[in-house]
Amino acid sequence: MGPVTFAVLATALVVSALTVVVHPSPVKSAMALVVTLFLLAVVFVFLGAHMIAALQVIVYAGAIMVLFLFVIMLLNLSDDGAEARHQGGALFRLGAWIGGGVLAVELAALFLRVPFPAPATPPAGYGGAEAVATALFVDYLLPFELTSILLLVAIVGAVVLAQRRAA
Amino acid sequence: MVPTSWYLALSAVLFAIGAIGVLVRRNIIVVFMAIELMLNAVNLTFVAFARQLGTIDGQVIVFFVMTVAAAEAAVGLAIIIAAFRNRPTVNADELAVLRW
Repeated sequence: MGPVTFAVLATALVVSALTVVVHPSPVKSAMALVVTLFLLAVVFVFLGAHMIAALQVIVYAGAIMVLFLFVIMLLNLSDDGAEARHQGGALFRLGAWIGGGVLAVELAALFLRVPFPAPATPPAGYGGAEAVATALFVDYLLPFELTSILLLVAIVGAVVLAQRRAA
Repeated sequence: MVPTSWYLALSAVLFAIGAIGVLVRRNIIVVFMAIELMLNAVNLTFVAFARQLGTIDGQVIVFFVMTVAAAEAAVGLAIIIAAFRNRPTVNADELAVLRW
């Protein structure tokens, strides 16, 4: 990826991420987050992570965001002025923006000072389904199996929490 | 070829934006989305370092992060629905019954 492509992608990413944070409507925030996740998938492709990019679109931009939109619409949310009634108000907000800005500048400056050598050309098939699956099912078999337990617990937990209590 | 540090800097900026979102927003669903944004920023760091080191391990970690994020989103949104039934608001300031 050339510097120009990177600059365009990075600008679009930052703008869509800021839209998620500042937009008053939750639905539009969610749509901006979908855009952010898609753009991140593009960055992953440029970094050679093809399998992860596909998973990013399917799992994140697909499944998780549908869940978010479903809940937003189920609860029938609209901008009820809750943000304006925020306890602590304008001073807290200003402080959070300044603190977050300092965090971004500090971290970015720190990373940009590190002189990384140019990465070696990756082996053929790097980041493809076969390479990721081999690592996942050989080196990381135990964590992979533990994930299934985590997902099972999450499913049961979500059902128990969201069901209506019998009177 | 863009150096790895640029990706890391981009990831840092996205993480900071997510952190700001958690602090300034009171709509608990938007706070949740800001947390997802932070998780994704860290994913970008993992993938960038995997590319830098020429190994696949960073990408496997991203796979696990995605799994945990999916589980977290399912349980978290279920909690929001349960809390909403109890008290019809998604304002984090008004959902303070657990706060002493």
